[in-house]
Amino acid sequence: MAQFTLPTKITLNIVTPERNVVCEVIDEVVLPGTLGYLGALPGHTPLLTSLKIGEIKYRVGSQWWYLCVSWGFVEILPDRVTVLADIAEPAEEIDVERAREAKASAEKRLKNPDAEFLQEQIALEQALIRLQVAAKAARTPS
Amino acid sequence: MPNLRDIRRRIRSVQNTQQITKAMKMVAAAKLRRSQERMFAARPYANKMLEVLNSLASRAQQSVHPLLDVRPEERVLVVVVTADRGLCGAFNTNIQRHAGRFLRELAQEGKEITLACIGRKGREFFRRREFTITESWVGIFNKIRYEDASEMAEYLSGLYTEKKVDAIYLIYNEFKSVIAQRIVTEKLLPIPRLTFEEPTVVEDYLYEPTERELFETLLPRHVAFQVYRSVLESAAAEHGARMTAMESATNNARDMIDRLTLYANRVRQAAITKEIIEVVSGAQALG
Repeated sequence: MAQFTLPTKITLNIVTPERNVVCEVIDEVVLPGTLGYLGALPGHTPLLTSLKIGEIKYRVGSQWWYLCVSWGFVEILPDRVTVLADIAEPAEEIDVERAREAKASAEKRLKNPDAEFLQEQIALEQALIRLQVAAKAARTPS
Repeated sequence: MPNLRDIRRRIRSVQNTQQITKAMKMVAAAKLRRSQERMFAARPYANKMLEVLNSLASRAQQSVHPLLDVRPEERVLVVVVTADRGLCGAFNTNIQRHAGRFLRELAQEGKEITLACIGRKGREFFRRREFTITESWVGIFNKIRYEDASEMAEYLSGLYTEKKVDAIYLIYNEFKSVIAQRIVTEKLLPIPRLTFEEPTVVEDYLYEPTERELFETLLPRHVAFQVYRSVLESAAAEHGARMTAMESATNNARDMIDRLTLYANRVRQAAITKEIIEVVSGAQALG
């Protein structure tokens, strides 16, 4: 039917102000949009959305890779996905020990009624997602 | 007649200094390379960000966002980015002088000025002067993190949206090349009307949630990124300045050592000559 052919791959770019985290040709990506997780396959209609704290996973062949992100934007084009995130860490690079500490201290402070509730909750959420993503790190921890 | 031993001692002391300046130059060079890499790493993000802002701004109705709100400038906050350390030539002096001039101009126009300093040198300089420093960040240059920049930006934006100040300016050293810095004065807030070109490729995006909400979450990030970038620029410029300063210090030390060595030799020779004369004339007197 359609004359133009749909792309079969997506180029995924994940950048933070500090570095270029991922630049790869992939088959599928799932992102934590503000309004809920959304997946993108090649040929997705152009879309622009903000991201919340969550995990990004993408597939190359049959291999899934995981990252945690917090806050940012994503621009989806039929053959290109660009993520601009404040923080993005591949599962393999997450400092589990630090995340665990952050979780413990955020939980402790949340019990204190004077705490900056919102701030602590964000910290807690970030720690949780880090732990969750780290657990999915592709086998060999480097 | 100067003592030969004193001259030798002097040469040794200059040599020690030279060793230090040489080492500092090397360290600065390494740090410079690292900060340049960080600047390059930040570039794709910046480009993309502008692109997205661009396409949103042309689409979203020019919304009235508190960060875009232009008010008559009566209370002005000036953020001066200096280095934490000295020994980098005229780097800090130049920016302090420039900032001082800028502040005086503003004061003459009858504006109420407050000051915020990033970097220890600026804080120390302005603390001894008549300006009030509301906030200062010191010691961030060891390890520049985006999070720090975004905290600073949050604080600054807070002052602005709470209408405690009507405009925020940013003064920093821009990295032009290893030997050249340029002092830039930029308006941070209100966000200057971004000059948008018509988007070259009109992508018919879906927006989630809405254009406007997206635009509004992007703006604070834009501010944070501006702060981050200026800090990076300043750091790179600082290392460049230190490198050149230390380079010329090393050269000066070398010249000085050469001169002193020559002098020492001359003094030594004079002493020898004198001794010979003494011996010869003594012998003649006997003869």
